[in-house]
Amino acid sequence: MNDEPLLEMRNVGKDFDGNVVLKDISFTLRKGQILGLCGENGAGKSTLMNILFGMDVIRETGGYTGEVLIDGEKVEFKKPLDALYAGIGMVHQEFSLIPGFSVAENIMLNREPSKGNVISKIFGKHGKKLETVDMEQIRSTAESALSKMGVELEVESPVSEMPVGHKQFIEIAREISKIKTRLLILDEPTAVLTESEADILLQSMKKLSENGIAIIFISHRLREILEVCDKVLVMRDGLVVDEKDKEETNILEIARKMVGRNVESMEDFSNNKSKRQISDEVILSMKNFWVDMPGEAVRNVNLDVHKGEILGIAGLAGQGKLGIPNGLMGIYEAGGEVLYKGQPFSLNNTKYALEHGFAFVSEDRRGVGLLLDEPISWNILFNALQIKDLGIRSVLGGLFKFRDDKAMDKIARDYIEKLKIRCTGPGQKVRNLSGGNQQKICLSKAFCLDPEILLISEPTRGIDVGAKELVLEALRKYNSENGTTIVIVSSELEELRSISDRIAVTCEGEIFGVLPPQAKPEDFALLMSGEKMGEVSA
Amino acid sequence: MSKNNCERPGMGERFKRWINDFGWARIIIALFLLFLYLIAGFFKVSRIATLNDMIARFAMNGILVLSMVPMIQSGTGLNFGVPIGIVGGLLAEAITMEYYLTGAAGFFTACLLGVFFGGIFGWFYSLLLNRVKGDEMMIATYVGFSFIYFFQMMWVGLPFHNPASVQGYKGSGLRVTISLAKYWKHILDDFLHISIPMGLDYFGNEESIEIPVGTILFTLFFCLLVWIFFRSKTGTAMTAVGSNPDYAKAAGININRMRTYSVVMSSALAAIGIIVYAQSFGYAQYYTAPNGFTFPTVAAILLGGASITKANMLNVLLGAFLFQGVISLTPSVINSAIQLDISEVIRMIVTNGLIVYALTRKRGKK
Repeated sequence: MNDEPLLEMRNVGKDFDGNVVLKDISFTLRKGQILGLCGENGAGKSTLMNILFGMDVIRETGGYTGEVLIDGEKVEFKKPLDALYAGIGMVHQEFSLIPGFSVAENIMLNREPSKGNVISKIFGKHGKKLETVDMEQIRSTAESALSKMGVELEVESPVSEMPVGHKQFIEIAREISKIKTRLLILDEPTAVLTESEADILLQSMKKLSENGIAIIFISHRLREILEVCDKVLVMRDGLVVDEKDKEETNILEIARKMVGRNVESMEDFSNNKSKRQISDEVILSMKNFWVDMPGEAVRNVNLDVHKGEILGIAGLAGQGKLGIPNGLMGIYEAGGEVLYKGQPFSLNNTKYALEHGFAFVSEDRRGVGLLLDEPISWNILFNALQIKDLGIRSVLGGLFKFRDDKAMDKIARDYIEKLKIRCTGPGQKVRNLSGGNQQKICLSKAFCLDPEILLISEPTRGIDVGAKELVLEALRKYNSENGTTIVIVSSELEELRSISDRIAVTCEGEIFGVLPPQAKPEDFALLMSGEKMGEVSA
Repeated sequence: MSKNNCERPGMGERFKRWINDFGWARIIIALFLLFLYLIAGFFKVSRIATLNDMIARFAMNGILVLSMVPMIQSGTGLNFGVPIGIVGGLLAEAITMEYYLTGAAGFFTACLLGVFFGGIFGWFYSLLLNRVKGDEMMIATYVGFSFIYFFQMMWVGLPFHNPASVQGYKGSGLRVTISLAKYWKHILDDFLHISIPMGLDYFGNEESIEIPVGTILFTLFFCLLVWIFFRSKTGTAMTAVGSNPDYAKAAGININRMRTYSVVMSSALAAIGIIVYAQSFGYAQYYTAPNGFTFPTVAAILLGGASITKANMLNVLLGAFLFQGVISLTPSVINSAIQLDISEVIRMIVTNGLIVYALTRKRGKK
């Protein structure tokens, strides 16, 4: 092996207006190595990658200290394009694909190979821009990039019809199809993938590293990191707190290093669950329930929810688990027969649902769950303000209703304290908070409504281990203190098993079965993927 | 040096941030305004007269600029369809004059009728805007201008009879410009009017600073009303719709209804705005006159620091003052300096330049 490391960082540091986010980061990465980068939200992972990739934000906020070396030579990228020329490819969390274009076209976007035609030849040297796009070569390059990853995709079909997982592969294929790419940065690539898709991605990563491409892999899923990485770098509060080879460490140790305390509770679950007595009273009953939610259609759900229980809903992506809460809340069109406390429940009416004791924490936190440009107090209280007149001062016997900013701040402060939301105060804009803190605000918003039924989708998606446990604990506590019925939808089975009293499994828009949390993981897997899977996707 | 990193940002940094918060456009315009004002004397342009002009124009246009706020806040965009409300106000004035209502009674009747017509037109306008979400501003521009031309036919065709308002030579159809001298000219301007004598000007004429207190108070009163509204439950819901419609929907808010409210409010305010403008100007102008209000009004609120989804009272007042200041000061100083009348050209450049600048300005950081 070449003894010059491909990438070396020496004492890299960065501050935003005096607020130090990175301090003294040093590490090396060799050709073909996979480096796992973990840390809680706000630990500085993204900033580090932005420095490496020469993103504008770094330069605009005053640059960084320390040195970045590539092949032993000091480099300082002024813009992402410089990093691209140096052979660094980055796949961001958000997709940047053109929906109407085919897979191949997306992979080769803006680098289309071309061949001469009559017109371009007439213009001679200046005719380069008039050449015909060589579709044949686009296809073959795209196919070879995909096969390098060990994935088979129909390169002609448009991206808009692809499931999320495939889109992720296309993004990566685009990076590795660039001839020079030697270092690939993957920022949370598995966050949007189902477990089986994630497995394929991990395989591809191994294959890429065999081909000599070095990878920096950022993930919250520690198991994945341990599976593929040669080396693990753990960050906390802007420092590298641990740098070890894979063989020398394990999940528990990494998790402990990340949060700086013990997280035993992640491992053992549901031991005390058996003691809980759940009444037989059915609070919500769905019959032939359907929801027209794109990508998460619910076809025919029959499900009873008992009063006071925590009901988990599991299922693979696209099988309709997310459609259930969204349909009940009237976010997407729904139909069928729904009884709430024995009375018919009016569907497609968000206000009705909220007024009748429903609260909903959306899976689309930034899109639906938050007012990013408004203060924390607004975000926490908005629903309660509109539905329950909480934080409202009535004038002239309720003829006029005004916002009581002081009362709102007070209530917001309560929740900030109770849920340990890290912020500067109730007036801070939500956009500037980390994912975990934003999620806590979404929870506060729901708690504020004092709900009888709390529907919550993907409560821990994209947030770190520490915040995850706090969020689940908050739910558990809320359930036991207030007797609130909680329906929790999640892609992470372990999480559901740790919190739920029963777990319903969706497949193809129907409930395939309801299992106790102690049931064997194989049973869940069987229900989730059943025999009916496979032939539908075509 | 590295020690300082952990501490508060330095003076330079804080100054930079303050500038960014305030916005370069406003600073440049304000400095430009100050500069013109200082050199005005050099070209024998009366500082007093210019100052009067600026104050008067600010007072005249305040409510029109304010009328932008509700639609901006509800996320319906900059109201390029402001002529719709303006036409409502003009119709109200014509009807009031038809019944020979003069003075305060006439003015307030016109305002009430203006709210009525502006509101009705605004309601229909909102039905359209709710069907073109995302393209409101472009559609609004077309609709606004079309509406003016539609009402050109109405001005000819509607059965008005007051000799003061119909065309003298044929006895029907409104005049292009109707004098309000016998109706409610300066009714607000003269209320609590302040006049401060300032001696003689360059040509030996008596000069005084004139402040139309009534009009300014009236404008501030409406600013207060709108400010209070946005502190109410409904106003809060409207702001949330502008901030994130999906969030508002998930909170059980009827998005279209909030947007409709905002369009009705904006249009009704625009109607009052034009009536206030007319009382100060002394004339009600019909036919193509409303064409001239769209871009200056939009430019003013943008210059005041509003974005496409957020606007407040400071934006309104500051914008109206800075914009009208530039509009009144630039032509008079430059005309005197180069001895050529290019005032209209300069107005066009300033107005449209500001809109382009404001719309291309980066909105927030990622």
